[in-house]
Amino acid sequence: MAQIVVERVAKIFHSRDQEVVALRDIDLEIARGEFVCLLGPSGCGKSTLLNAVAGFSPPSTGTIRVDGRVVTTPGPDRGMVFQEYALFPWMTVAQNVAFGLQMQKRPKQEIATRIGQLLDMLKLKEFRDRFPKDLSGGMRQRVAIARVLAIDSPILLMDEPFGALDALTRRNLQDELLRLWTEFGKTILFVTHSIEESIYLADRIVVMTYRPGTIKRDQRVALPRPRDPASQEFNELKRELGMLVMEEQQRHAAEEMQLTTAD
Amino acid sequence: MAGKLKAFLTGAIVPLLVLAVWEATARAGLFSPIVLPAPSAVAIRWWAYLLPTDVWNPAAQSWLAWALSGELPSDAAGSLYRVLVGFIVGAGLALPLGLLMGASERIYALMNPLVQILRPIPPIAYIPLAIVWFGLGNPPSVFLIALGAFFPVLMNTIAGVRHVDGIYLRAARNLGAGQWTLFMRVILPASTPYILAGVRIGIGTAFIVVIVSEMIAVNNGLGFRILEAREFMWSDKIIAGMLTIGMLGLALDTAVSRLNNHLLRWHRGLEH
Repeated sequence: MAQIVVERVAKIFHSRDQEVVALRDIDLEIARGEFVCLLGPSGCGKSTLLNAVAGFSPPSTGTIRVDGRVVTTPGPDRGMVFQEYALFPWMTVAQNVAFGLQMQKRPKQEIATRIGQLLDMLKLKEFRDRFPKDLSGGMRQRVAIARVLAIDSPILLMDEPFGALDALTRRNLQDELLRLWTEFGKTILFVTHSIEESIYLADRIVVMTYRPGTIKRDQRVALPRPRDPASQEFNELKRELGMLVMEEQQRHAAEEMQLTTAD
Repeated sequence: MAGKLKAFLTGAIVPLLVLAVWEATARAGLFSPIVLPAPSAVAIRWWAYLLPTDVWNPAAQSWLAWALSGELPSDAAGSLYRVLVGFIVGAGLALPLGLLMGASERIYALMNPLVQILRPIPPIAYIPLAIVWFGLGNPPSVFLIALGAFFPVLMNTIAGVRHVDGIYLRAARNLGAGQWTLFMRVILPASTPYILAGVRIGIGTAFIVVIVSEMIAVNNGLGFRILEAREFMWSDKIIAGMLTIGMLGLALDTAVSRLNNHLLRWHRGLEH
């Protein structure tokens, strides 16, 4: 049985004089332990869909079920990693990682042990008493990942988590994420606009259209891991998905052009 | 080290020059000592003002009490005491109200009109009413200082809470935080940069108000002393008192700013 079930979901945003259909007719099932990427140009509603699954912003129509229960609020069963890290800047690394465990009222001793393990695992041990402002982007995202791993949610929602990082750090963290995913068997829903990133990581890539956001293609990636971005299969898939994304990108650009000339 | 010394010497040039010109004009008899006493006369007067007035008697009091028995230490202590009590009362009321007004649209809508009407009234304008309500002595003074500290802390607390980045709230709710935790562990710390800026302005206002209030309702303190000196035409003592006010204000502001830097050591400051 699927763990996440998105059924006939639409999301409409109302602004002063217009309404924007961000999502329309979204049907999606994600199995337990699956790694799914939502891929598309900016404005295609992929983050909107992720936020709806997270419970931050419920769909206008349709339902989202996680383990059979309809999602209405955010909750620690769906840990979120944000592109902007969203670490609490007034807390040290260790305090940030401890936050979710403290919310669960775990005993102090257990929290301390768990933090130690997580910081070890994500190579953050020497930084435990630093504040986020003293860390690089990659380090901050490691802390954010440790923070959601701490609450041990069965589902990880990731909103372009590596979007702001340089290429090398990015690959590094992608490998790390795959390692953690293999180790913990979590279900991951990962938003990205990088075709290469989605092929490198995902079991399934869901390509979305630009406004209204619908599902354009649900692509299974059968390549064995670790995947080689230089291999022929990888690049064939990349070219194919590239065409799909490019079409949407062009619709996006055309619409923007229209808006600018209309002004 | 050499750089620090150089910076210090550079900084000393203009004040020393001003002092020299001032001393020279005073000595030349350009002004009467009542209009502008020489800086040397001010320094001598300041020293006398600082010295203990009690006779040294180890049996009756400790050396510290004796050393601080002069007029200046007791005036400074009196002023500082009023500033602190007034500030604690004013900020102590402003902080919870500001948090509530910042966090709740409804409370904001209820309270804001009254706040906006009262806020432009300078605390000084309350002096007549303060005397009617509280009589003379410390109470009216503390009331005025509390008023002076209240609004800066209130306004900044409201702004601080309203400017909390929504992403922290989302992250905290995602990690399972309830309303109370959200408030205490996210909204409150996230607004501290604003709140502490308000505290610093509030302390500054409190310090202005204390001097004024001492000119009216109290019979000690630095504000009282410089007004008293005017009655005797002791201009050197007036200036000595003013310089003391300046030094105390600087010390207070430095202390608050140090505290801010410590509390905000996590903050990116200007960089972001």
